[in-house]
Amino acid sequence: MLLYALRRLIYLVPVAFGVSLLVFALVHLAPGDPISAIVPPDAPKEVVDKLKEYYGFDQPLPVQYLRWLGVTLTGDLGTSIGTGRSVAAEVGSAFGNTIILAIAATLLAFSLAVILGTAAAYAKSRIVDRLVTVISLIGVSVPHFWLAIVLVIIFAVELGVLPPMGIGPENSTGWQFDRAHLAHMVLPTIALSVIPLGVVTRTVRSTVKETLSMEFVTALQAKGMRDSRILFHVLKNAAPTCLAVMGLQAGNLIGGSILIETVFAWPGTGFLLNSAIFRRDLPILQGTTLVLAGFFMLLNLTVDIIQTMVDPRIKRG
Amino acid sequence: MALQSPSLDVGGAILVKPTPTAAGRGYWQSVGRRLRRDPVTLICAAILILLVLASIAAPYLYLADPYKTSMLRRLYPLGSPNHWLGTDELGRDMFARLIYGGRLSLFMGVTPVVCALLIGGSLGILAGFVGGKTNMLIMRIMDVFYAFPSVLLAISLSGAMGAGTENTLLSLTLVFIPPICRVSESVTTQVRGFDFVDAAKASGASAFTIVRVHVLGNVLGPILVYATSLISVAIILAAGLSFLGLGVKPPEPEWGLMLNTLRQAIYVNPVLAALPGVMIFITSICFNLMSDGLRAAMDVKA
Repeated sequence: MLLYALRRLIYLVPVAFGVSLLVFALVHLAPGDPISAIVPPDAPKEVVDKLKEYYGFDQPLPVQYLRWLGVTLTGDLGTSIGTGRSVAAEVGSAFGNTIILAIAATLLAFSLAVILGTAAAYAKSRIVDRLVTVISLIGVSVPHFWLAIVLVIIFAVELGVLPPMGIGPENSTGWQFDRAHLAHMVLPTIALSVIPLGVVTRTVRSTVKETLSMEFVTALQAKGMRDSRILFHVLKNAAPTCLAVMGLQAGNLIGGSILIETVFAWPGTGFLLNSAIFRRDLPILQGTTLVLAGFFMLLNLTVDIIQTMVDPRIKRG
Repeated sequence: MALQSPSLDVGGAILVKPTPTAAGRGYWQSVGRRLRRDPVTLICAAILILLVLASIAAPYLYLADPYKTSMLRRLYPLGSPNHWLGTDELGRDMFARLIYGGRLSLFMGVTPVVCALLIGGSLGILAGFVGGKTNMLIMRIMDVFYAFPSVLLAISLSGAMGAGTENTLLSLTLVFIPPICRVSESVTTQVRGFDFVDAAKASGASAFTIVRVHVLGNVLGPILVYATSLISVAIILAAGLSFLGLGVKPPEPEWGLMLNTLRQAIYVNPVLAALPGVMIFITSICFNLMSDGLRAAMDVKA
């Protein structure tokens, strides 16, 4: 098992190399000079040249890339142009806030999805099955940033029972486990969970349904096993497929929370990325993208490994 | 790596089982017959056709001027005389803007998928049919794009290149090429293993003919089903980019951008502020249901 995990990790190296190239290229995709973002347009040419030399922008691109890669591998992501703080520190604190929201949304979406999906697969009446199908269709079709606005309109503006934005009360410095902070989490968590809820419910429903039609279920019933025990076996068999989809959805939730974080002014990576784009703060843009992509890769790897552990049918070759 | 699909994806991983018979005219006729008996798909198709026609014909529909602002008529509620869907934060007629908005929103949802279909589909067929090193090269490059959550990739690319319609189209196309390429590659690889391809080769058919008749015939169905569901994702993503200020620039009417600018009005006229999202929702649901209907009619396993 350990050997398998190690081999998967080695497979990841060329992909990671490609990712680093793409993230490096982000700065050079930007229109104009990377320097133009920090100096006023009427700056004298000597100053611009000096800054270019200071940042290494006068070097040929491959040299710039290797230099950047070397520095990045030591954990130094550069300095934010907007705030002057280190990018690693900025991304680090934002990442914590994103993870908190992502965990809450993941738990909500996955537990509901398993219950709804299994209920629909087991349902004798068409109504339950139809209802769950409609719920999952809405989940995958609704523009989640619009749903976020609608939630704010209903629960914050009209009913006034939940706060419309922010991570906590006005003087809050960061997330803590108390009533006020939890209240701020409710709406963003719901808005963020609709897409994974829709996708995973569909998967659970179709996988459980397929497993139920397998011969071993009939054999267990003939043997006289209790229904609750059979359910356990069915879920165990359906688990690997569902896990793969869930892992992917969890990763996308973290990368995709930018729109929700923007609506709720939640100080996470998405919010940071959005403000960096409008300040033309390229180091932050680069750093956030790199950290999120790295996390996504590791998450996929973990899911892959867990999947092979759960399901002996998958070859470890 | 596990089977992957974009974030707003519909069915999760797609496992495609191509029908081992080359799709002839009879197949498409039976698909058409099955589609005609499917009321849900027909209704969705009708709604979508109506939306497309309305946005194409918008200038000839005697609508109010969607750009004409008025400081006196700001944020009229629904059902106002002359403005039956109200007016926006600058006093522009909402109904006209919603209809005109469909032009850009639909265009920006459909175009990237069509471009990605052509590029990603060809790359996938090439990788699957040639195999070997070519396959390795193409699919490893796709893996790199798969290492990014799709929303993040779209936003980072658009963010780096700057706001604008062209940049949005470009970044969305880049986001959709890898998933389409993967689906077409896996189907092509499966088709290549069937006996009828060997038979065609033995009877002297050129590679081009084999691809045109046997590969395309089998790949087209699954890819079309997948692409239809991707359009729904693309419309939401494109609107999301405009919502963030990375896509269409004001004062152009576009549903995502309208949601953004109307956000300040949620305390004054909440229903009005939610209207553009309803349009996105309807369009996206119709494309998803169309994809389901096509999947059933074409008998693609998912």
